[in-house]
Amino acid sequence: MARMSMIEAIRNAHDLAMDRDRQVVVFGEDVGYFGGVFRCTAGLQKKYGSNRCFDAPISENGIVGAAVGMCAYGLKPVVEIQFADYMYPAYDQIVSEAARMRHRSAGQFTCPMVIRMPTGGGIFGGQTHSQSPEALFTHVAGLKVVVPSNPRDAKGLLLASIEDPDPVIFLEPKRLYNGPFDGHHDRPVVSWKNHELGDVSEDYFTVPLGKAKIRREGSALTVLAYGTMVFVAQAAAEEAGVDAEIIDLRTLLPLDLETIEASVKKTGRCVVIHEATKTSGFGAELSAVVQESCFYHLEAPIVRVTGWDTPYPHAQEWTYFPGPERIKRAFAQVLEG
Amino acid sequence: MTAPRPLSLHVPEPGCRPGDTPDFSDFEIPRAGAVRRPAIDEAPEDMRDMAFSVVRVLNKAGEAVGPWAGLLDAEALRTGLRHMLTLRQFDERMLKAQRQGKTSFYMQHLGEEAVSCAFHMALQDGDMHFPTYRQAGLLIASGYPMTDMMNQIYSNAADPLKGRQLPVMYSARDHGFFTISGNLGTQFIQAVGWAMASAISNDTKIAAGWIGDGSTSESDFHAAMVFASSYKAPVILNIVNNQWAISTFQGMARGGAVTFAARGHGFGIPSIRVDGNDYLAVHAVASWAAERARTSLGPTLIEHVTYRAGGHSTSDDPSAYRSKEEFSAWPLGEPIDRLKRHLITIGEWSEERHTQALAEITDEVRACQKKAEANGTLISGPKPSPRAMFDDVYAEMPPHLQRQRQEAGF
Repeated sequence: MARMSMIEAIRNAHDLAMDRDRQVVVFGEDVGYFGGVFRCTAGLQKKYGSNRCFDAPISENGIVGAAVGMCAYGLKPVVEIQFADYMYPAYDQIVSEAARMRHRSAGQFTCPMVIRMPTGGGIFGGQTHSQSPEALFTHVAGLKVVVPSNPRDAKGLLLASIEDPDPVIFLEPKRLYNGPFDGHHDRPVVSWKNHELGDVSEDYFTVPLGKAKIRREGSALTVLAYGTMVFVAQAAAEEAGVDAEIIDLRTLLPLDLETIEASVKKTGRCVVIHEATKTSGFGAELSAVVQESCFYHLEAPIVRVTGWDTPYPHAQEWTYFPGPERIKRAFAQVLEG
Repeated sequence: MTAPRPLSLHVPEPGCRPGDTPDFSDFEIPRAGAVRRPAIDEAPEDMRDMAFSVVRVLNKAGEAVGPWAGLLDAEALRTGLRHMLTLRQFDERMLKAQRQGKTSFYMQHLGEEAVSCAFHMALQDGDMHFPTYRQAGLLIASGYPMTDMMNQIYSNAADPLKGRQLPVMYSARDHGFFTISGNLGTQFIQAVGWAMASAISNDTKIAAGWIGDGSTSESDFHAAMVFASSYKAPVILNIVNNQWAISTFQGMARGGAVTFAARGHGFGIPSIRVDGNDYLAVHAVASWAAERARTSLGPTLIEHVTYRAGGHSTSDDPSAYRSKEEFSAWPLGEPIDRLKRHLITIGEWSEERHTQALAEITDEVRACQKKAEANGTLISGPKPSPRAMFDDVYAEMPPHLQRQRQEAGF
């Protein structure tokens, strides 16, 4: 066991995967010699050679397109898109190519690739370094979408994603790279070194895709959250003294409906939280599946707490980002219902 | 300072529209045999001339001349002729089948048969093509069963792709034929990635990417060029310049460049223009590029200069935007006639043998069609199981898809 930040856990996962399987190659902008702008791939080129870990031209569709070709050959590329905000040029290669390769070729060609992207806000990245585009991927048949919330999960989920025979979009909340986030921007970042979820085994292990995790058991209401919002929800529950059950979804596609259903049927109330914009966001899907499967158990309307339907503002980050205050108000709303 | 005048946009226009007389007099065509053959390791900067000329082997008299001639013996040429004739017959039958309502759509190769058929002969088993929808000649020349091609076109019960893909969007991994996308240009960078993977794996196989003149406008083209150049990928990058992207003439995608091949110069990629209607020239240039790739000399860009004699697809009416006489005025002739004349010139073929071969091929294609139609067509007869629609979305079917399949009743 070692205390790791999420960055260290992701780097450790890369290392173990490359050591275990020669088919795994890692590339993307600045990931080789420098080790990535967030240092998630530091040291890999030195250890595994520039044939297996290398820099790419600044061409996101080139990176993903080349990875699709590598998959067709039989390699397992793990590529980094430097910020999720930069994935739009690669969107066609992800959606029309990687996601459909197995289906359109009737299994002749497959895409066992992982596309990693730092996602989300809270680091003053402005509109082009803060977006949460998960809903653009969860709408696509053939993709899997993963969002870890802590170092232990990041490592286990990344290793499971690399093992997975299908393309996986791996969204890394950059606000959590160095420490858990208590939801308050006026307090210093807490290091993972003092947090139990920073306690990560150095051995090879996986966290299965498609399985949510109950982070906090409770009976008053169910919170559906992922990534950074898991911690904000926890802070809100503690500050409000609400007996909230907090579910960390971990994988958005495929979704662990079983865990969600069991919890909402138990509590009868549901709050959905994400930092992406509200309209047609993933929260809409979550609200719909809860309504479809738990309608007769609900004692109040489902409430969504999300980012606003605006581009991510640089100076107003903390108004945009759903914080504990907004979540506490949502708790009160569903508990009144 | 003079006062600024209002600007106006320059929109390129082809030289000839319906009702006009086609004029290719400004298309400079070197004599067959006139273009030099560089050593495969010649520096790209020393062979820039290759992107502005056209490599040609067959002359008007049907002789194979110059430094690119002499690679194929008569038997191989007869095989090549057979492949092209087969592709043309296949096209004729499938075009008719579409007109008869047996399938939704078809795309023919008329006038471009040499490009894919000759190119295929220069590559080896295990190499991988990343084709567009107009390189079915790669499959014909590789011996892929025509019945399976037709099963795919009909989306019938025996369709290898289970009714999921548009007609002619084949996939045949074992025949070195990557699954075709309807999104244009995406395969070009994928070919480079495949070639990079072969190099990463210290393999000996190479890849060939294919793109049309129009699709070179897509960013994937540029991504492919920069990746191929940077990593010296063992790949051959083919631009098939057949003059037309549906109704948009090649000058629109080419912009201010002199040729498509010249685009390779900005990337330091050796770039050659070849007469795409000359079976021998296409094969010779492809062999040259394949040798470069296989000896780790990196990528080659080839512009195949040809003419799309048919419509873009069965949904297209070319008479609405171009002169009906354009193909007959096309100065590079017609690929099947040219190879046939060459074989006759060298005493290895005759009109009688040609007529006989054509009859045999027609019978063969007809027999394949009969066999395919026994498995159904898009409109009638057996169909792929709808249950199969839910398969292969993922390696393992997730619970939400299982529920949807049950809901659909399968």
